[in-house]
Amino acid sequence: MKSETVKNMDVLLRPEKFRAAVFDRTASEEGGFSNYSYWRSTIRTFFRSKFVVFIVALIGMLILMAFLYPALSKTDPGAISTNPMTWNKRPNADHWFGTDSIGRDIWARAWYGTRNSFLLAFFIACSDVGVGTVVGALWGYNKKMDPVMIEIYNVMTNIPSTVYLVLLAYIMNTSFLTLFIAMASRGWIVEARFFRNRILSIRDSEYNVASKCLGTPMRRIVSRNIIPHIVSLIIMETALVIPYSISSEVFLSFIGIGMPVDAVTLGNIVNQGRSSFALHPYQMLLPTAILCVITIAFYVIGNKFADASDPRNHV
Amino acid sequence: MLRYILNRTLRSILTVVIVFVTVFMLLRFMPLNGYFTDEMLKVSDEQTRMAYLRNQGLLDPPFSQLWRFVKNLFAGDLGRSLTVYPKVPITILLCEKIPVTAAFGAASLVLGMTLGLLMGMFMARYKERLGDTLGTFYVVFVRAVPSLIYLFFIQVWVSGVLKLPLVFYEDRPESWILPTICLSLGSIAWYAIWLRRFMVDEENRDYVKFAMVKGLSKKYVLRRHLFKNAIIPIAIYLPSDILFIISGSLIIESLYAIPGTGGLLTKAIQKQDNNLVQVIVLMYAILSVLGVFLGDLLVAFVDPRIRLTEDEG
Repeated sequence: MKSETVKNMDVLLRPEKFRAAVFDRTASEEGGFSNYSYWRSTIRTFFRSKFVVFIVALIGMLILMAFLYPALSKTDPGAISTNPMTWNKRPNADHWFGTDSIGRDIWARAWYGTRNSFLLAFFIACSDVGVGTVVGALWGYNKKMDPVMIEIYNVMTNIPSTVYLVLLAYIMNTSFLTLFIAMASRGWIVEARFFRNRILSIRDSEYNVASKCLGTPMRRIVSRNIIPHIVSLIIMETALVIPYSISSEVFLSFIGIGMPVDAVTLGNIVNQGRSSFALHPYQMLLPTAILCVITIAFYVIGNKFADASDPRNHV
Repeated sequence: MLRYILNRTLRSILTVVIVFVTVFMLLRFMPLNGYFTDEMLKVSDEQTRMAYLRNQGLLDPPFSQLWRFVKNLFAGDLGRSLTVYPKVPITILLCEKIPVTAAFGAASLVLGMTLGLLMGMFMARYKERLGDTLGTFYVVFVRAVPSLIYLFFIQVWVSGVLKLPLVFYEDRPESWILPTICLSLGSIAWYAIWLRRFMVDEENRDYVKFAMVKGLSKKYVLRRHLFKNAIIPIAIYLPSDILFIISGSLIIESLYAIPGTGGLLTKAIQKQDNNLVQVIVLMYAILSVLGVFLGDLLVAFVDPRIRLTEDEG
């Protein structure tokens, strides 16, 4: 039995079956190469879940609709009707979601409102995260800024954000610009601290220290080891600030110091729907649904993206 | 320990001063109409109004206004309400309203912590099963959707289903139930998701595995080992929870018509009552700094690491 195997092996391993390899310079360089790409893996991990694909498609459609509808439709969201017969109409063929207490079409208002609220929230998110990243990077690399920045951070975060927003909205006449200023003037410091801590911990983590010891230039460490982390954090934070900003706008409208009454935003529409809810509950249906979908979707996308951007979750 | 407390106290005092001065200066930009009562706005013309403002010292440089405000503050005089409760001294108003808000805040703080921690434990135990999924859905919903929306629907629908009163009545104790629960919804979500993650992470730690290997029951390890370590982060989160509840009280008190300071601030803003807005905003700002300060002291008290390092150093 044993000798049988040995004999077989001898047949298999006969020397004339082998040939010495020719030395190939390029092939020898490829030894340690893996085709791992951070962004490809992140995106693949992100879209692996069906739920995420669904939510991204949903939010994409909502936003597309919110921008296309105002551009293509001729319905004026602020068109007031003097004919009481057209007030508070139930949903019908002309007005898919009915009309409000002065005859404005709710379907049209909802899309205009979504566009305006989303744009406001998006600009706030960009400003918060943009300023936050730059300041956070400077702060992380400059110990001298610590006392001043920490004091600013303490003062800003010690006041509840709602009280701060109420105060600023009260002393300014509210418009898109002032609401933007009120929210953006607070958000950046929170982001700056977040990015400072993350940049510090990435910069001082062991693989970067080791890389530095091996003589990797700083430029390469920044571009290959730090920036990819930060970019995914930036995307995540932007996605998470958007629902927060939309909520703040709704809150300010509720207190009575939000956007002017004639501005079409989700906050105004929801609050107008709320005041006539007892008699005409359907007026709140569409705006509330859009509001819930947008905020939840961005929240989920932000969190799922954070998971996907962590290399430990890559396969 | 003593040095830490002293250091922290001084820092908080500094923060209080900065917050106070900043907020006071910002408040100088309040709309001028807010300084008048309704009848004064109806009767007087532009000139008498300016004369009135000058007379009241409202056109003085901000710092002299600040100085006067502080002097009056220590004399126990906060000025009078203008439009909400015309001519009533604000100190009397606050004495009436603060106990209500404080009671609601304290009740929902306790409720939020208890329910939140219970829910977190539950979610960690049934990890990745139905209970966990439902819990996660609740947390995502509460944290993402504007609170106004679900609070409003709870007020309208749940009160109908449970036959609870729609607004607050001082003489009906059952009208306390809904507002307290509403106020704690956010805290429940925070505590639950946090404790769940803590438990799941901690279960893989060596000291837990070692305790299990020694033959201790899972229940015992959970209670005696894991939970003790969870207390410190809970204490760290407490101040943010206080801020969160202060924020929430603005909406809930005006939804349920609760006679507290949050509802008063909302009303004062809608009716442009500058004196009231100023006092309440300053009060909230200082209260928040105090809340954070107390939270830090609590952490120092329960966390042996801070106590020990400070004693050595």
